Amino acid sequence: MDAAALVALLQQAVPDAAVEPSPSVDLQTTIYVPRDHVVALARVLRDAPELKFSFLAELTAADYWPREPRFEVVYVLVSIEHRLRLRMKVRLDGSDPHVATVSGIWPAANWLEREVWDLFGIAFDGHPDPRRLLMPEDWEGSPLRKDSPVQIRRPPHVAEPLQVTAEEFHQNVQRDRLSRRE
Amino acid sequence: MPEIRTETMTVNMGPQHPSTHGVLRLVIELDGETILSASPTIGYLHTGIEKTAEQKKWQQVIPLVERMDYLSAQSNSMAFCMSVEKLLGVDGAVPERVKNIRILLAELQRINSHLVWLGTHGMEVGAVSVMLYCFREREILLNINEMIAGFRLFPSYMRVGGLREDLPRGFHDAVRAFLDRMPGKLDEYEDLLTKNEIYLKRTQGVGVVSKEDAVAWSLVGPIARAAGVDYDVRKVFPYNGYETYDFDVPTQTTGDVYGRYQVRVAEMRESMKICRQALDRITPLGEYAIADPKITPPPKDRVYTEMEALIQHFLIYSQGFTVPAGEAYVPVEGPRGEQGFYIVSDGTNRPWRIKSRAPSLLACQALEKLIVGGLIADVIAVIGSIDVVMGDVDR
Repeated sequence: MDAAALVALLQQAVPDAAVEPSPSVDLQTTIYVPRDHVVALARVLRDAPELKFSFLAELTAADYWPREPRFEVVYVLVSIEHRLRLRMKVRLDGSDPHVATVSGIWPAANWLEREVWDLFGIAFDGHPDPRRLLMPEDWEGSPLRKDSPVQIRRPPHVAEPLQVTAEEFHQNVQRDRLSRRE
Repeated sequence: MPEIRTETMTVNMGPQHPSTHGVLRLVIELDGETILSASPTIGYLHTGIEKTAEQKKWQQVIPLVERMDYLSAQSNSMAFCMSVEKLLGVDGAVPERVKNIRILLAELQRINSHLVWLGTHGMEVGAVSVMLYCFREREILLNINEMIAGFRLFPSYMRVGGLREDLPRGFHDAVRAFLDRMPGKLDEYEDLLTKNEIYLKRTQGVGVVSKEDAVAWSLVGPIARAAGVDYDVRKVFPYNGYETYDFDVPTQTTGDVYGRYQVRVAEMRESMKICRQALDRITPLGEYAIADPKITPPPKDRVYTEMEALIQHFLIYSQGFTVPAGEAYVPVEGPRGEQGFYIVSDGTNRPWRIKSRAPSLLACQALEKLIVGGLIADVIAVIGSIDVVMGDVDR
């Protein structure tokens, strides 16, 4: 299926969304989609019998600072049945970058979206577990943004006390577990 | 009669634990020996390689990407080089001989990675001799790496546009000796495990993942193929001339630890089949890079004798080469499944953004699904069977 047919199909399924094809050098069909329709389009991409993009290979972002719109969130989708690959991209403004989560459609998006939130500060509305993934929990800033410094020196941070009692450990675990359910 | 107080127990496993293959922390809630919930915590090995790579020139990124997934260095650098070549528009100009050498090295790397997996996994379920046997054969593969590049774990032998230098003298003999030796040794490993009653009890029906879940959780490689997902990038989206090779993709339908073991052992045999075909196609001497003086440096003997070659050499090593603006993602089948690098260039000599598609990260995410409901003693077998490399998880 070529890009034009795919865009026409998506356009027909979600008439409000302006799907925009984009050229690519690696022969992967690339489309830009508007932010507000990501979930609706994702559902069509996964469920339409002629598409069946049931496999989310990658979810990441890129920062094009100082250009606006600054961020692009990239979804790499694979249809194993039909041997198709698709790159779906969403442009986001730098002032308040946020996009709806697709973890309800592809469960694998959970950690990938957490990683993007962690490293780029892009919020995923409705995410079941919006915590940092790779950086320490008390880290400030988003390291992979282009305006984030490469080498910074910080005084070493030590959490006190270094030993917790069994009771405190249990409380911490309960707290984490509750925060995940919220 | 006094009332028996029952409550669940929370156990903290890791981050420093000998069988978590790195620094993975699991907080496990137990009811007796049954696991009620598990939450993995990662990030202890996060070194910011993707941020570091943005400060480097294109060719300086290759050693970095090899260190991400430290058991599949050759596959990583192959995926990265292929993405950059795609963006440069020179992927059609890469000589056939280079493609065949890359396939040979990537398959040897797959055997290497699976040997480490088999050894450590066998040791964790109690078969220590398997570990000693596997590392004995892995040593031969490391010696081959040392032979071609001088490095054993991270050869940095693949370069954008080809290879660093031509194959050394005696390469064919060394690889052929390995390929002759290995099938017998694989039978030896299988004698130890495949019908071993203890091993079967520890692995059959443990850590089961269904076909639907494997796709939904983006599990790839041997984990997905053991669950019946027939997805191998080499077959579904052939790259680098894999379509001209004759090999099968082994699958199982059980989706348990034993199924993954069967798939990986069968994959090693298939890899050897590919290696034999590749070795027959590779001539001992020949082209080892594309003939583009802007991307690949000239051979050393010309650098010492010709002015132009010296200038080219100096330009490439001081300024690097520029890559046209754009983005590319070329997936390859690494030892742990689909991997690749999403690269963005802004038209300069340094990458704008590099993102590694990490199969281990997604395997680690699905770990919770695999162990909940099972027994605490099976956690080790399951972590071993999904073959996570924490350097790839945290990057």
